[in-house]
Amino acid sequence: MLRERVRKAITSQPQPVVTVLSSLLAVEDEMGYIPPEAVEEVAEHTQSTVNDVWAVASFYTNFRFTSPMERVVEVCWGPTCHLMGAQEVMRCAQELLGMQGEGDTSDGKVTLKYNTCLGACSQAPVVMADHKLVGRCTPERLAALLRAERTGYHAPGAHS
Amino acid sequence: MTTTGSAPASAYESLRERAQAHWAALESRPLVRVGMDATGRAAGGLDVVASFRTEVASHGLQATVSEVGCLGLCFAEPLVDIKLPGGPRVFYGNVTPAIARELVESCLVKGVHRPDLALGTLGEGPAHGIPRLEDQPYWKLQVRVATRLCGTVQPADLNQYVANGGYAGLAKALAGMTPKAVQDEMTKSGMRGRGGAAFPTGTKWSFLAGARGAVKYVLVNCEEGDPGAFNDKGILEGDPLTLLEGTTICGFATGAVQGYVFIRHGNDGPIEKTRAAIVEARKAGLLGKNIMGSSFSFDIDVALTGESYVSGEETALMEAIEGKRSMPRARPPFPANVGLWGKPSNINNVKTLAYAPEIMRNGGEWFATIGFERSKGTAILCLTGAVKRPGMYEVPFGLKLRDVVDGIAGGSPEGSKVKLLQTGGPLGGVLDARSLDLTLDFETMARAGAIMGSGGIIVGDDRVCAVDLTRNLVAFCQFESCGKCFPCRLGMTNLLETVERICQMQGQAQDLDLMRSIGTTMQAGSLCGHGQLGFNPISSAIRFFEADFRSHIVDRRCPTGSCTAVFLKPTRTRPVATSEWYAKREYAKT
Repeated sequence: MLRERVRKAITSQPQPVVTVLSSLLAVEDEMGYIPPEAVEEVAEHTQSTVNDVWAVASFYTNFRFTSPMERVVEVCWGPTCHLMGAQEVMRCAQELLGMQGEGDTSDGKVTLKYNTCLGACSQAPVVMADHKLVGRCTPERLAALLRAERTGYHAPGAHS
Repeated sequence: MTTTGSAPASAYESLRERAQAHWAALESRPLVRVGMDATGRAAGGLDVVASFRTEVASHGLQATVSEVGCLGLCFAEPLVDIKLPGGPRVFYGNVTPAIARELVESCLVKGVHRPDLALGTLGEGPAHGIPRLEDQPYWKLQVRVATRLCGTVQPADLNQYVANGGYAGLAKALAGMTPKAVQDEMTKSGMRGRGGAAFPTGTKWSFLAGARGAVKYVLVNCEEGDPGAFNDKGILEGDPLTLLEGTTICGFATGAVQGYVFIRHGNDGPIEKTRAAIVEARKAGLLGKNIMGSSFSFDIDVALTGESYVSGEETALMEAIEGKRSMPRARPPFPANVGLWGKPSNINNVKTLAYAPEIMRNGGEWFATIGFERSKGTAILCLTGAVKRPGMYEVPFGLKLRDVVDGIAGGSPEGSKVKLLQTGGPLGGVLDARSLDLTLDFETMARAGAIMGSGGIIVGDDRVCAVDLTRNLVAFCQFESCGKCFPCRLGMTNLLETVERICQMQGQAQDLDLMRSIGTTMQAGSLCGHGQLGFNPISSAIRFFEADFRSHIVDRRCPTGSCTAVFLKPTRTRPVATSEWYAKREYAKT
């Protein structure tokens, strides 16, 4: 099952040039992560070795190797966002999610990620919650984004 | 050329007739345009466009609701413009779904604009007492060439693009010019690369044209990893066909067979818009075999990279397209001779190529009349940070930085003063407020110790600590070092440790000298700009704000109180390749 999904993702890439990286990106789009089976499948499909594929997968910081959480919250820490108060937003995110840094919550529901630039700098500080950009983010707005009634998710540190 | 000389001209003529009919039909009905690039979406544009669609449908109105790119006035996003037949475009800023409902009721149902809500008008026609955008400092100081259609045309809509002058430049080149003449036109224009290096574009194209080989590539760099810059993505999201036409012109001038637009995975807007534009161009015979009936064949594809800042370096970019780790190659050989897959290649920034259609259409001499001394044309600036009107503005070279920061962007918020400018991306430099008197051109900026780079200008006011900002920039450079050259990999780590120490009031007297020594080593011992320029953020900050550093090191005090002891940042640079499950598998043991 898993391998079939992976194979389908690798073989149905739209562009004519298929490489190790393009195949890994296709798997990431389909699965949300790179399972070990995908490393083997990509190696076979691109006539590379497992080590070649690992070299690429471990280099780019967008790849993850465990299944994705239900929600992803990305907080931008680029210089514009930094000047406009990103540290407070990041601190708030960590507190609400009961975390020490970026990563997955212990209940396996939310991934917190620090992004180097989300490309909407004129709306700094910027957050991307479940692939939706939110500009002029404050700790309050972030808390609202994470609130239970919208998502069914109870942040460990949330009081509401 | 002689046998097919007239084919492109007539192909273009029929394209243009169809496009103008389409445009006239579009303008014969009320037209609502909503800015929906990354900035517009971050400001809540999705809800606004949904509201317009719902209201237009529920009133049964004959109006077009179009999602366009960014006009550049990001401060006013979500920005909506409503054009009634025969009237000017009327812009409404910071629109909410509730305001959208009011606007439909008033403008579209009753046909009456709302001066109380409007930002300004653009174009001919009765303005109903609404000020003209052309009279506003943020508009009148601009000269929009590469971004002229961003926010005006629907991205990837070929008819709208052609109706506004699109593909006239390519048609002119194919109908009667030799590749050499196109190169000469670029040289005459004085165009210099907008990716950061400012190399003369005509000369660069001539290198590829002169390289031996049947297969040559044009690579378009839209990696744009610079935090604070979004003009490449802005062009792709606003008007991708300008880039495709420019790339095709470059392909013709250099004798290339294929172009790749290189975009970072995850930038869904630019990726989808570019792919859609490629499909449209192919359908119309503007890409593929015998473009516009000429003997010239050329195609373009999108190539994606993963998240890695160094991917934007020209040789690392080729590694990424080949599917490998994006680490820079040693030069020589240079890409013009040995590039992608060992073939001659030419790497251009999105902005550089986005100028080519207008340069071809209006001539190189026309372009050379805009600008200043050796910096011809315009700069596409992303002004962000502590300014009243952050946005993406295209201005002629030769303005003072003060015109840009105070005039266009409105200066710092009430009650604060501009303290610093961070220009050209994280590897660029920091300037102080006195630098506002500098002229905006490549040479002056470089002499001042900053660079134009990709056009990002981040403004900090007097609440900003230069050391704290430096910590952020150095943390970025450390996080993004690809690791190939140890002076960069270890140097950036050392620099970050030192700056962190200074921010935590643990700095030592010799720290500034220590950092200079590390910086010199990085400059000498790194293959690409990441290591070579990696000390720039610190050296320029020390140059202009040494007092800030001394205050931390000697007085153990941050003058603005912004240096918190704990600085949050990503905690790892690269994931550990041999995770548990990897070690367990059979092949790991052999």
